[in-house]
Amino acid sequence: MESFLSRYRNPLVLLAIVLAQLLGLAVQVRRPNTGKDGEQTRLIRYWVVSAFSPFERAFLFVGHGVSSTWHNYLDLRHVRQQNQELQSELNRIRLEQSSLAVDAREGLRLQKLFGFQHQYIAKTVAAHVIGTSGTDLSRVLVIDKGSRDGLKTDMPVITPDGVVGKVRDVFPHTAQVLEINDQTSGLGIVLTKTRLRGILRGNAAGQTEIIDILPDERIQPGEPVVTSGGDSVYPSGLSVGTVERVVNDPEHNPYVAVLVHPAVNLSRLDEVLVITQTQNTMPASMEQDLATSEQKAADILAQRLPSVPPPPTVGPDGKPINPNAPPPPVRPPASLHPDQFTPDATPPAASLTPGGTYPNQVYPAQPPPAAAAQATTPASPSSRPAETAPAHSQTKPATAQPKLTTPQSKPANEHPTATTHLDSATPASTTEHPKPVHHPAAATSTTTGEEPQN
Amino acid sequence: MTMALLTQRSRREMEEHRFHPAVLILVPLIAIFLQVYIPLRFPSFDILNLPVLIVIYFSVSRRNPIGGTLLGLVIGIIQDAMTHLPLGINGIIDCIIGYLAASIGVRIDVDNPGTRLIMNFCFILLASTLHVLILRRLIGVHEQWYGLHDLVRALVNALVGVVLFALFDRLRQRE
Repeated sequence: MESFLSRYRNPLVLLAIVLAQLLGLAVQVRRPNTGKDGEQTRLIRYWVVSAFSPFERAFLFVGHGVSSTWHNYLDLRHVRQQNQELQSELNRIRLEQSSLAVDAREGLRLQKLFGFQHQYIAKTVAAHVIGTSGTDLSRVLVIDKGSRDGLKTDMPVITPDGVVGKVRDVFPHTAQVLEINDQTSGLGIVLTKTRLRGILRGNAAGQTEIIDILPDERIQPGEPVVTSGGDSVYPSGLSVGTVERVVNDPEHNPYVAVLVHPAVNLSRLDEVLVITQTQNTMPASMEQDLATSEQKAADILAQRLPSVPPPPTVGPDGKPINPNAPPPPVRPPASLHPDQFTPDATPPAASLTPGGTYPNQVYPAQPPPAAAAQATTPASPSSRPAETAPAHSQTKPATAQPKLTTPQSKPANEHPTATTHLDSATPASTTEHPKPVHHPAAATSTTTGEEPQN
Repeated sequence: MTMALLTQRSRREMEEHRFHPAVLILVPLIAIFLQVYIPLRFPSFDILNLPVLIVIYFSVSRRNPIGGTLLGLVIGIIQDAMTHLPLGINGIIDCIIGYLAASIGVRIDVDNPGTRLIMNFCFILLASTLHVLILRRLIGVHEQWYGLHDLVRALVNALVGVVLFALFDRLRQRE
């Protein structure tokens, strides 16, 4: 027995060590339903990560020092030109944001109406990437923020471009981030055009793919992919990437896999943001940003559109206009085809007697086509705002027109009602218009439409 | 018989290379550090497997199978701790590689660059195969076998290993 042990000592030692590790693997593999390590495993990872992270921080510190010295003090060529370009881009983005603000607020109202819960990013922690797993079989990053900075497991990690992954293991000063292109990751996504939902994960080659999805001809390359929020980890609406192509999945027939090009360059990450807090209402900073954008957009439009006239301070009679005075009553425009429904064409109701007849009116003859065409232009633009015309025509349905042209079939007591309706419809339709004026795109088109008149 | 054993042992002891303990500790740690840090700047660097090359070199040089097994165990566990995978995957692989490398070092001349190239190529290929097997059979992760990619990986590591081994030879302690 002793000779056997001494003769096969080396292979026996190897066998014992391998067996011990196999047992350890079996224990760990049984556990990860919770997605977390056991206490012993976590301790070993903590020791190793703590031993290496100071050196990684030191290298990062030196590298950033050299880089920032060069970029912030020495390499400042073209900065002024770049600043101007960025300023113009900022103006453009403010205009875009302002144009989307109305839609966003509308969406918020609808979400509130239907009881939808949207998660807004309320608080983030910026972190530097200081290390990797060192192997392409484990897509893990090490960041320089940990539990002392408020990080917890399963917190989403993003960049301004899109989703990076989620926090997997947290240590006091560092944390491990599992990237979305790892094989063990999972992320609920939705395709923005087709509204198809699925699960995105990494494959063995480090690509991101949507799995278990039925073939659909509507899925086209270039379609944006965003988070669905259904996984309770990532807030909805974060950019994930774009569809690259659809490939067959032979192991999961009849499903296909949709390869997704990540919005973030996952192999070159310097800084990331960890979302530490979300909320259901829009954060105050975002509200303020929207308001600022709307104000700035109005200023930019005012500069670009000098044809917009300032409000008149002097009336047509030469007298100054009191801004606090009530506005003059709005009268309907002159009728092209006067009839008994035309305002002031019939005697007042007080002068009529029940059962009596009122004298026949003589209406002016129908003007010739040329004169009619000329008469379609507003007779008195000053008394009738240009925007009331389309509004008036929109609020009056086309089917109502024949009723107005056959007054004989109507009883006399309906006349004032019809006139009142016309009078009241004009200001009501005018009050609908301030909403598109807030919308820069709509404001631009409205104002452009007025330019020929001015 | 006894004479033959004595001759074999004395030959092995004569060819056994010794290193300063600091070298045995620092070189593996530096290799692991480079392995986790450099891919941040050069993502293609992760095709290299420096820790396995270190295990091969020290196991071959010291010609002690138990020493090679233990060295592989420590380096492999540290490698595993840097990933999110269960501890022991790289530990098992590096143990086996360390044991085999030390066993080969007793029998053949491993100071020849050509031998080193072939030896490194075979060991890296073996490591990739073991990796796929362990992930598929023990962990349940669907890991594919990329034939050409793994061959290229083995070749690159073998070439880098030849250069590294020549550098490490300078760290040997002279008797």
